[in-house]
Amino acid sequence: MRSNVHDFSLVAPPTLSEALKLLASDPALTPIAGGTELMVALSAGRLPQRQLLSLHQVRELRFIHANPETIVLGAGTTFTDIRRHEAIAEDLPLLTAAASWTGSIANQNRGTLGGNIVNASPAADTPPALLAYGATLTLISSAGMRTMPYGMFHLSYKKTALAPDELLYSVTVPRRSPGYRSYIRKVGTRNAQAISKVAIAALAKIEDGIIADVRIGAASLRETPVRCAATEKALTGQTISAAELPRLVAAASSALASEAKPVDDIRSTAKYRAAVAANLIEEFLEQLATSG
Amino acid sequence: MPNPSPAFNAAPLIGTSPIRKEGRAKVTGRALYVDDITLPGMWHGATVRSSIPRGRIRAIHFDSVIDWSKFTVVTAKDIPGHNFIVHLTQDHVCLAEDQINHYGEPILLLAHPDKEVLPAAVAAVHIDYEELPGVFSIEESEAGAAGDESKVIWRGDNPAHHSPNTFKTFHMRSSDDHAAHDDGLAKAFAEADFIVEGEYRTGAQEQLYIENNGVIAEVFRAPNGAIDSVTVSGSMQCPYYLVHALEHIFHLPAEKCRVIQTETGGAFGGKEDFPSVIGSHAALLAMKSGHPVKLCYDRAEDLIATTKRHPSRVRHRTAVSKEGKLLGGEIEVVIDGGAYVTLSPVVLSRATIHSPGPYHWPFLTVRAKAMATNIAPHGAFRGFGAPQSLFALERHMDRVAHTIGLSPEEFRRRNFLSAGMKTATGQHLTDPVDMDGLLSRALKESSYHAKRAEFDRTNPPSPIKRGIGFASFMHGSGFTGSGERRLNSLVKIELTADGRPKILVSSTEFGQGTNTILCQVCAQTLRIPYEDVLIAQPDTSVVPDSGPTVASRTAMIVGKLVERASASLLRTLAPYLAHPVPTADFDYSAACEVPSGYTPEDFRRAALAYLRDRGQLVSEARYEAPGNIFWDDDQYRGDAYPTYAWAVYVAEVAVDTRTYAAEVTGFHAVQEVGKVMHPVLAKGQIEGGVAQGIGYALYEKCVWQNGRMANNQMTNYIMPTSADLPPIHVWFEEVPSIHGPEGAKGIGELPMDGPAPAILNAIEHATGISFHEIPLLPEDIFERMTGSSSSGSKALNPAVDRDTRSESTVSP
Amino acid sequence: MTEITLTVNGQLQTVDLPSMKRLLDVLREDLGLTGAKEGCGEGECGSCSVLMDGELVNSCLVPALQAEGAHITTIEGLSPETTAPLHPIQQCFLEHGGAQCGICTPGMILATHHLLAKHPQPTMEEIQEGLAGNLCRCTGYMRIFEAVEQAAKASAESTP
Repeated sequence: MRSNVHDFSLVAPPTLSEALKLLASDPALTPIAGGTELMVALSAGRLPQRQLLSLHQVRELRFIHANPETIVLGAGTTFTDIRRHEAIAEDLPLLTAAASWTGSIANQNRGTLGGNIVNASPAADTPPALLAYGATLTLISSAGMRTMPYGMFHLSYKKTALAPDELLYSVTVPRRSPGYRSYIRKVGTRNAQAISKVAIAALAKIEDGIIADVRIGAASLRETPVRCAATEKALTGQTISAAELPRLVAAASSALASEAKPVDDIRSTAKYRAAVAANLIEEFLEQLATSG
Repeated sequence: MPNPSPAFNAAPLIGTSPIRKEGRAKVTGRALYVDDITLPGMWHGATVRSSIPRGRIRAIHFDSVIDWSKFTVVTAKDIPGHNFIVHLTQDHVCLAEDQINHYGEPILLLAHPDKEVLPAAVAAVHIDYEELPGVFSIEESEAGAAGDESKVIWRGDNPAHHSPNTFKTFHMRSSDDHAAHDDGLAKAFAEADFIVEGEYRTGAQEQLYIENNGVIAEVFRAPNGAIDSVTVSGSMQCPYYLVHALEHIFHLPAEKCRVIQTETGGAFGGKEDFPSVIGSHAALLAMKSGHPVKLCYDRAEDLIATTKRHPSRVRHRTAVSKEGKLLGGEIEVVIDGGAYVTLSPVVLSRATIHSPGPYHWPFLTVRAKAMATNIAPHGAFRGFGAPQSLFALERHMDRVAHTIGLSPEEFRRRNFLSAGMKTATGQHLTDPVDMDGLLSRALKESSYHAKRAEFDRTNPPSPIKRGIGFASFMHGSGFTGSGERRLNSLVKIELTADGRPKILVSSTEFGQGTNTILCQVCAQTLRIPYEDVLIAQPDTSVVPDSGPTVASRTAMIVGKLVERASASLLRTLAPYLAHPVPTADFDYSAACEVPSGYTPEDFRRAALAYLRDRGQLVSEARYEAPGNIFWDDDQYRGDAYPTYAWAVYVAEVAVDTRTYAAEVTGFHAVQEVGKVMHPVLAKGQIEGGVAQGIGYALYEKCVWQNGRMANNQMTNYIMPTSADLPPIHVWFEEVPSIHGPEGAKGIGELPMDGPAPAILNAIEHATGISFHEIPLLPEDIFERMTGSSSSGSKALNPAVDRDTRSESTVSP
Repeated sequence: MTEITLTVNGQLQTVDLPSMKRLLDVLREDLGLTGAKEGCGEGECGSCSVLMDGELVNSCLVPALQAEGAHITTIEGLSPETTAPLHPIQQCFLEHGGAQCGICTPGMILATHHLLAKHPQPTMEEIQEGLAGNLCRCTGYMRIFEAVEQAAKASAESTP
């Protein structure tokens, strides 16, 4: 334990409005929800933020509302909450899968969707699925609420659109419309408790053998979670069939190579990540092609 | 065996699975590990370490932001005795004074009553260095040994005996007649149908015991203020090693250095010699502060500062006939020892002796050396050199087989050692050895041939390539050659006040079952219930030196001594057993036969009667070398180990060509171990060792950055979780050895030797690609499979980590 | 410094401490419950795991203030008296070699307890997943899986 906990303060307002008031008056306050990220930094002596604001007890942030068109998840929803929710399992299976791969059971019980998004690691597990699903974020401050497409939230490495006095309030995900096929795969250092080396979450709608719509979210291919827009463009409107597969895979790989900028880091290499990402896309396309 | 009395079933205990002696405390969370313990007035310690791998200390500044008056500060100048950690050499400093030879080298120590203030204090010690370029690889170190002065980082005491940078060398030949041997070897190569060469590498591996290193030290002073004695408690394997270290640090005799082993949360060799370092440090702080001092590392520090498995480079050059017979071989074994000699000569020794494996080599030369690098000294880790050389050998055997067109299995069969043959050191194998039978059994239990055929059929159209491979090997139990004679181990058993036997040994429990099996041996010999036998916590003021808990020697060597001491105790009690009702004329001091058919109650009564008459009963047994063990330390010839356990391991793998990741999908471990003393414990040992071997092969990479372990957190040092391991099937065969109780041989390290080569052999079957280096990461498989120029996992960049640290500063 | 009140192993405890103190340290230092261990400080090894309001958590990652009002179960809570009968999971770990060095054992047993509460008759896959957050370096997990299966069987047989 390399921090002196006496140097830190943690306040735990019971309501959302109190939390927002505190944030408004002192934007240096750092929110902490489940603590599965910030407490690691604390133990390592690498938490520069000294004044923390606990969101764990703000019950208004922990909810899952299944509406006819959307499912709205409060930022305080834990991964376990997500895994246990039937409507999510049925309509947003990529999100359920992503939640099941995040850390361990113990960390899933504490880690929150909001923390996963706001911590903004490029390797975070839920963003690829949320990007593919076209999620919308609702941000809140004492001045009010605003929404934005999730795709606009990550500005650059660990920099998000969240203002200092804002909290992420909720994530709204359109319920899957019929006809969308989905795919998700995470490649880590081992089968459990692994940080992504690369992950792909994808949805595609096939109409009359044509890829009418395709969305691909990726982790660890850029400095933020991203939609692979060029790859999507290369695939949209294309015929998907066993015969067309090689051409399609080549086009997708080429497009992916143009937009993926993975790095060599302590866990993996850029070339590996790029190659595996392309393989995952190929696997996705194969599944689309063979399902008829 | 005497007829057991009806009241007590004296069925043999050895071979059954009684509850672990200290098990209840462990499952109820009441077992006390060192960090669970607090002493009155205890302070906490911390270590200030170098942030460069090589250079000199120019100056040390203590930042005034800290009130240093409240701290105890210890430097090398405070050491009352010698500033070295005693090993076979004296080059390993306890605290660096001037020269720095590895990142994280301890320079000074701090203590304070409040542990929360220590991290900031450590950060407030600013050290100016004159940095020198470090040497971080075997090749760079060899360049220094070959004459590049800029790469000379270590010189021995006697330059005549050592090349620079070279801790130790061995030159082992398979014959006493060197000239004839060298001629014969040359002839073998000249006449060989095939000459097969190969180079194999293994990386460092971290023991990763879940309990970090830690100790608590106290120093006691005489009324005149002189240091009277030192007591250190903590997590360790070898209490007497630490005694020896403290003797030198404090210039105290052994009786004044008391060491106590606390419940130890895993060790695997990582707590064999390292406690001498941390124990000395804590004791110095206790000395200077006047308080007991607890010094416990966190994970990040333990990973940076403590020992790891020696990386290795092994080269084979093999002459073989087209009939598949080994004609001769040259093996070069090189290990990276880190910055100081420490245990490298002994690791090298075992690596050398195991390099020929379980095969008959008509002519064999092994040249071995341990090289210095500017990395924290490498040390003991389960297997101790054998996993390195056996990895190379068993990969090479497959390579040779492929080259000459024989199956890996057939090639082995044509070259196995068997009973009556001699090993490469000239050891006569007098016990039955049936590697052929073990191989057949392993292949049968794993359905090897059927699976091989099945995978050959299913692989081509599938993105998952499956493979199956095996390794055949052996592991020597006990210390090399005359080592056991030198250890001269002593075991005692005393009767407690309530008439129960209590085993006194320095052999430590750290999960492998020491307490349990030694109590089984004693209970069986005394014919009393297992529950009635006690074993003392290893406290050197109480227990004799039964040798270190290493080298797979505890069950066999110490177990045998416990058996003898138990038998001796029984003989001493015999008169009281024979004559339970005291009569005036019976001479209790005359020896008599141990009666048959006594009950545990009889034993207890006899024990109490003895104690009443004599006060105490302590029986003992000291190691006696079997008369016919011969070992020449200079020539490296003779009986290298008292005995060997023999094994064949089969690994089944699946390589996903989309992710290039290899996974072990099935594992079968067949071994001949003399006697399975405790089936549940024995299975647990093999399974645990196989798991570590799987980690060694496919997951556990140390990522170095300028001689520092950059991935010093559990998030980034990848050990297999429960979701990564396959079902591990374990089978035992038993050919009793005279050396161990009921014939038991050592099994602690054996399971570490087989998995890595078996797995890479399987991966070669699966992919057709021959890999020679471990750990084998998906990035490496990707490189070879796609022919990309990515340099595999060598391209990992330890300086970049966007996910577990934010990219600001990387602190030491 | 903040005062927090929490229930640990059925007993109400009030402690005065820094609000960011780790629950692990509260248990070990303030309450003398040393069964939870620190193996990594990063939430990777699980040797610090405890049950918090019935859910398995890594106590090294929980700030004390967030445990206010919570019900915590530590390993000591499974068999409160040193001479009490063992919890069936503890008994199975003993009989089947689930504990070797023992340092992961408290967390592993609580993880098992949590697993069996959610999945009384778990498949091997569920066992592997349920315990994937608890690292064991000694056993290779096989004896632990066996202990878990036996514990599941034992509770099935004892449940009417």
